[in-house]
Amino acid sequence: MKYQFKQYNILPGFGLTLGYTVVYLGLLVLLPLAALTLSALQMTWPEFWSAISSQRAIRSFALTFGTSFIAAVINTIFGLLIAWCLSRMSFPGRKIIDAMIDLPFALPTAISGIALTAVYAPNGILGEPLARLGIKVAYTPIGIIIAMILVGLPFVVRTVQPVLAELERELEEAALGLGASNWQTFSKVIFPLVLPSLLTGFTLAFARNLGEYGSVVFIAGNMPMKTEITSLLIVTHLEQYDYAGATALASAMLIISFVLLLTINLLQTWSGRRLK
Amino acid sequence: MLFFVQNKYNKGLMPPAWLNWTLVVISLTFLAVFLLLPLVIIFTEAFRQGMTLWWQSISEPEALHALKLTLLTAAVAVPANTIFGLAAAWCLAKFRFFGRNIIITLIDLPFAVSPIIAGMLFVLLFGARGYLRGITDSLDLQIIFAVPGIILATMFITFPFVARELTGLMTQQGSQAEQAALSLGASGWQTFWHITLPDIKWGLLYGIILCNARAMGEFGAVSVVSGHIRGKTNTLPLHAEILYNEYNFSAAFAVASLLAFLALVTLVIKSIAERRKKR
Repeated sequence: MKYQFKQYNILPGFGLTLGYTVVYLGLLVLLPLAALTLSALQMTWPEFWSAISSQRAIRSFALTFGTSFIAAVINTIFGLLIAWCLSRMSFPGRKIIDAMIDLPFALPTAISGIALTAVYAPNGILGEPLARLGIKVAYTPIGIIIAMILVGLPFVVRTVQPVLAELERELEEAALGLGASNWQTFSKVIFPLVLPSLLTGFTLAFARNLGEYGSVVFIAGNMPMKTEITSLLIVTHLEQYDYAGATALASAMLIISFVLLLTINLLQTWSGRRLK
Repeated sequence: MLFFVQNKYNKGLMPPAWLNWTLVVISLTFLAVFLLLPLVIIFTEAFRQGMTLWWQSISEPEALHALKLTLLTAAVAVPANTIFGLAAAWCLAKFRFFGRNIIITLIDLPFAVSPIIAGMLFVLLFGARGYLRGITDSLDLQIIFAVPGIILATMFITFPFVARELTGLMTQQGSQAEQAALSLGASGWQTFWHITLPDIKWGLLYGIILCNARAMGEFGAVSVVSGHIRGKTNTLPLHAEILYNEYNFSAAFAVASLLAFLALVTLVIKSIAERRKKR
């Protein structure tokens, strides 16, 4: 037989485990995705287009992408800084802080949303002094960005940290020994090696921010055309049993997410090849 | 000195002390404002009006029902996804076959899909005009705005955790040990129980604990399929949301403090599992 489905292997259980995996994924993932595809295919093109190009939808896309992008950029800058401190320095409490980074993964999004709103509301502990300075955070796009900074942060730190920890310090020694300054060593030796993981972290945070709902809805204020993110607009459509409108928005968001996922995979292949 | 910042290694790039200091202070301030402060606020708000009110808020019937539903959801979703994770990791890590990458991509999918869209997929299947409504109606089964929908949506959101963690770990470990056991006459199950499982147990715990945290805390997907029926389809996060929207802040934060406590326990177990895994 020329064509081989699977390479020869003496381990048992391939048929059982693969069969179970495929059935489970089929029922839990493919079937629901088929429903979305079917629902999208039942719409005519003008219907679809008008659903995603209404004023309200376009404003929500612009808000979601804008805030997600800004939050992901802030995450990338501070994520690199935090990853550097955690992997290159020792200070009291470093291990506890290291464990704390994953808090946004473990804390339910609705809970972080409620807590952030309490902190940044006009009568909140940080919201009040900021309001006195004339900066309104809660119920504005700034609030949305802050919620996204919280949920996106671990993605950047956790992608960059292992790379920083495993860098060969001999390379830095060599650069320093050949007369490079600290800054040159960082910008010309370390940074290029960290860049792929930094980009991956950025994309992961950006993708997560685009779909974020729980932590954003409390602090956003949810005013149509102003602080209404796309996920919330989808919920509004669903609550009005407007499945077609929800389908159109969801398909648009899904296609964008897939493109991002593809980018992540390409970035990872690229960085893998570069580091070898 | 109260506060020590040093280079961890005495080799490679060693920034001067003042720079290290500045970087650490900026990082810690950032983390304090964005991570620590919200966490502290949850507990101070929850206990601000005393232990009695806190206890009342979490022991009233609706809160207890939400707690039960949350525990039930996790009790179904976590074991189901653990068994799936073990099966998926076994075939993905130990074998090379056609379509392997497609399965890996499908497993990554829930991380790329917004929870709202995840919930919506099940509404399209089982909702008012759902495609499978005929089947569920003939079985007299309600899925959307009922407990099964909540469990399904949670399973969708949480199935990658164990599978991803174990696939990575088992690929790394290879299968020489299993091959040796099999060639010495062990059966397939014996090999799994005595060779594979002891090697992956900390990774398994790590996956399960993250899966559990997400299952108990999922908000977006569950909120779409639940319908927020009090005393019926309310999980703890949804209950906290309802209380918050009713301006019943101390009760909302009391419920939130339960979930925040769960998150802290998760972090502790997670870092233990991480450290053991590395060994």
